[in-house]
Amino acid sequence: MDSFKGNAISWSLTEGIVELVLHREPCNEIGSVTLAELERFADALENSGPEAQALILYSRLASGFCAGADLCELFRGIQPLKAEDRSNRVRDFLLRIHRVFNVIDSAPITTIAAVHGVVFGGGFELALTCDMIVADQTSRFCFPELRLGLIPGFGGIPRMKRDIGNGLVRDLLLTGRSINANKAAAVGLVSQVVAPGEAFRVARSVALQATKFDRQTAQVAKEFIKPIPYAELQEEIRLFCELMGRPAVEEALRKFVESTDAQPYLP
Amino acid sequence: MPQLEQTLNELLKLAAEHFQVPVNELNPDEDFFKKLKINSLQTLDLLTKLEQRFNVELPDYELQGVTDFRTLAGKIQARL
Repeated sequence: MDSFKGNAISWSLTEGIVELVLHREPCNEIGSVTLAELERFADALENSGPEAQALILYSRLASGFCAGADLCELFRGIQPLKAEDRSNRVRDFLLRIHRVFNVIDSAPITTIAAVHGVVFGGGFELALTCDMIVADQTSRFCFPELRLGLIPGFGGIPRMKRDIGNGLVRDLLLTGRSINANKAAAVGLVSQVVAPGEAFRVARSVALQATKFDRQTAQVAKEFIKPIPYAELQEEIRLFCELMGRPAVEEALRKFVESTDAQPYLP
Repeated sequence: MPQLEQTLNELLKLAAEHFQVPVNELNPDEDFFKKLKINSLQTLDLLTKLEQRFNVELPDYELQGVTDFRTLAGKIQARL
């Protein structure tokens, strides 16, 4: 697997471990640039040989792992469009990001998200594609989408349901509140909580351990214990696009983009 | 269970340490967003530190509109 240095992400392979680093300021918001580079990564991952035995996703930015979708780009992109065209544009984006996330989710290697700080919306959804989440104590997890009149669109609900009880899924979804790393570990979303700044180092240790095992066996284990909820993911895309066509969404996006509030992710 | 004043003093100490200001410069009834010029990332960071220090869960929505340490201490106290 060749190394890549992009504008939003980069990756390299060392000692059997693929390291995918996010580095788009201010907090790795996922827009068209990140998506295009993630698609390139998904292609490389699909075509990787046995030399790749584990994958670590992490962020180089102090602000956090990822703040989710690039809402400024989304707002600018949909403004001139009619409702139906908005839904179509968003559907295209979602289909592309879902393909990437499904590739990471189903990768025949052990995958680890090493997170810190902001792990919001699409960033949370990206972390949930991984087999394990190693979180440092600064991490906060949140699904703020209802504030925008939307639901999470990058596979968040089906993947979170896969890991934890529906009661907390509804709490996080319907209140938009954030939880810390200890709470996320207590409910089973996070496998290890570590000191601030230590998530990547610990993730490398986990990855190195994973490389000791037979790749095919690990793949069988993953397919058995971590099935991809394809039907629910498709339904999520349909619901998201249906909601996207409503005028309330544009207004909520405008409010968010223009907000200087200290908690802009809450209404 | 600590009394509200104890929680408030502990909160002021934590905030002083976190934002690297002398504790005697923090007024329990002052708007700490204005005083400390806290942005959204710092708000999240503070929230995490409070939850860890007091071993409580503080839903963000309960803290909306809370701008002074005394009210914040009351919100924490209610969950101890």
